[in-house]
This record gives sequence, structure tokens and C-alpha cells, in this order.
Amino acid sequence: MSEVRDVVIIGSGPAGLTAAIYTARANLRPLVIEGAPSSSSDQPGGQLMLTTEVENYPGFVNGIQGPELMANFRAQAARFGAELLTEKVTRVDLSAPPFGVWVGDDEFRARAVIVSTGARSLMLGLENERKLLGYGVSTCATCDGFFFRDQEIAVVGGGDSALEEALFLTKFATLVTVVHRRSELRASKIMQDRAFRNDRITFAWNSVVTDVLGDGLLRGITLRNTVTGEESELPVGGLFVAIGHVPNTDLFTGQLDMDDAGYLITEAGSTRTNVPGVFASGDVQDHVYRQAITAAGSGCMAAIDAERWLEAQPEQAIEMATPTNW
Amino acid sequence: MATDIITALTDSTFDEAVASSTEPLLVDFWAEWCGPCKLIAPVLEQIATENAGALRIAKVDVDQNQQIARRFDVMSIPTLILFKDGIPQLRVVGAKGKGQLLEELKAFL
Repeated sequence: MSEVRDVVIIGSGPAGLTAAIYTARANLRPLVIEGAPSSSSDQPGGQLMLTTEVENYPGFVNGIQGPELMANFRAQAARFGAELLTEKVTRVDLSAPPFGVWVGDDEFRARAVIVSTGARSLMLGLENERKLLGYGVSTCATCDGFFFRDQEIAVVGGGDSALEEALFLTKFATLVTVVHRRSELRASKIMQDRAFRNDRITFAWNSVVTDVLGDGLLRGITLRNTVTGEESELPVGGLFVAIGHVPNTDLFTGQLDMDDAGYLITEAGSTRTNVPGVFASGDVQDHVYRQAITAAGSGCMAAIDAERWLEAQPEQAIEMATPTNW
Repeated sequence: MATDIITALTDSTFDEAVASSTEPLLVDFWAEWCGPCKLIAPVLEQIATENAGALRIAKVDVDQNQQIARRFDVMSIPTLILFKDGIPQLRVVGAKGKGQLLEELKAFL
């Protein structure tokens, strides 16, 4: 704990693990604090851990399963010597280098920190939604779709995540209603085409969820039409929410500059935050692109930014791993 | 995913195992397709090893053992149910980190 490391990387999605690969290969012996297991998207491996097929990550002609892709990233980082700790960072002190990063009482000190904590899925924020988590309300379509065989399900959202989940769930459900607050989807054209062509998917347009119904077990949701104001009840046995993401930046409030939505601000064309020696990569600082490949690219940039910054520090000599202990 | 310390239970072996367990028995409902289930597997192994004698952990693959899953209204995985003297005492839905899990199990260890 008293050893000062060159680099600590917080988060282990595509951004964090790519940064790990590059910093490890630069002999910076990075420590990746991966995050703790969870059923929502802030977990080791990040958002792709909750998907099935990833078809748009370049290099995989026939697609690859999300968890498998992340296992590959992780193994590659480990291969080059990145140290991986499957815990969640509880506190940071970025006031001056060496920066402090805590997991409970365990303290880690680093000359450079790469923040790649990503983003987590938004919930509706309704009390009964929380109460019925695990009893019809689910945060993981791939985990729980199985339990809704021959039932009717609702998926809330209008982007690629919502449509991917809806399409996946048609394997089990008799009917999937995609509930979207506008009359147009923001998903990619290819996903829209697939959803429109699927017999088991129907759409509730211009609709917002006003309540989640059920006592001990989900039985339905109430909707309000944003155009007419009309309220209706949709009986469903399963509810999945895919309305967007919020960046995991609570740890950095008051320490790193962030925009109104909580995304970390980085200097254009780089991963530098307002604190010299602290770099941010991936979805935590991107609400425009938010793809695995852009996150990975950003992770590489952070590694290179960090390496160059460390080299430029006058008082520290970077220890190169020498084969004296072979 | 059963290991030496975590036994796999089935629709046919479940009741006996629960009834005959002298220590509290934590049952992990999981499935092959469930990423978060795999994430907690090593955590559960650690907890089982560190608390051997005070706690037993077993697994039920819901894909192969739907009767048991249905009996306990498991509709989201992972779901962990703690049995003491054959009665469900605690239910944890969703993957959690080791610290959080131990916090929940504290009262029963």
C-alpha cells in the first residue's frame, strides 16, 4: 500500500482494459481496479457483459458474444502483466500526485490515474420498479429472458440497447412492447428494420411509464401518452428498462471537471482532464459515440497520454522492468 | 460450475440436501448464459472456503432444474437464497461484490 505505482486504471470495460494493455506494454505495470460484480452495467467488463452478440466490433466477421470479447480483452491485459483487482473503488484523492485511490481501507497511490469507469443504465426511478427488481423487473435481459417464456414483456427505450433487448426477448416472450416517449426511434437503421419486421414486437409510441404495478410480483405498467395525456395500463409479466446511461462519476465530484450530465470533461483531442496526471477514457467522458470501439480507442489514447506525461515529469525516473530477477 | 466446495443440486437432490444441512445453506441459482452469475462464482467460492463449517454453499442450474427454480419463484438470476433449518431466511437478487454479500450474510454466519 505504501508503494507508489506508475499507473492505476479505474474501470475494466473496453477503455480501461485497452489502457491496461498499452500501459503494461510500456512497462508501466498498471493496476486495474476492475469494479465489483453486479447485475447492472457497472461491473468488471462493463456494459458488454450484459449483451449477447456484438456484431459491430471490427475484426469479428461473424460477431462475438459480449462477455467473450471482454474476457479476451482481460486476458490480453493480463498477458502483458497488468494487475487486475476485482473490487470497486470507494474513494479517490486527486488533489496532488501521487494520487490516492481507495478500495475500502486499502489505499493505492499512483503517479498517474486513468479513469475509465464508464456509464451505467438508467432506471425509471419509480419506487415499485425498485421493489419488484427480481420479481418481474430486470436489469439484465440476457440473464432473465428465460423466465418470461410465453409471457408478455415491455421494454422501455428507443435506442439500440432497447431494440437489442426487445429482439433478444422475442426468443422467449409471446409479445414484446417497446415503450418509447417519442414517435421516432433513435436506434440504428439496421436495428429498427429488424424490430419492425419482427412479428412479436409492437410499439407504444409517445408513451412514458408512470407507474410499475404489482405487489410482490410484476403485473403491469401504467403509461401516459405524451401527446394526448391519456393514461392506460399495459399488463406485462416482465419489464426491462433501456432508456439511456448515466456516467459513473460520483467518485470524482468536486475533484474533476464534469459537464451538466456528469460526464468528465477532457481536452479536445486528448484524454487529459483538468488535473495533470489524471486521464479519462471511454463512456465516462463520451456521450456522443459510446461504442466499444471508440472506448477502446480512447483507452489507447489515455495510455499514451499517461506514458508521455510520466516521461515528462522531471523528478521521477520511470523504472523500466529489467530482467535482473530472471 | 460446481467445484469441490460448492455442490451442484438438482430437482431430485435439492430437498434432501436442504433438510440435512446442519449449517446454513446458501443456494446460488444460476445459468450458463448469465454473465453476472459467472462473476459471482469465484466470490462464492472464496466465501465458502473462508466460512467452511459455518456456512455451506450449493448451486442450482435453473436451466436444468426448472422445478426448484419455479418453487422458489426465481425469475431473475443470479438469485441467492439462504436456508436455515430447511426454511428460506434471506433472498439476494442480482450479482453483488464480496463485501456486500458478506454484509447480507453476516447475521446468519
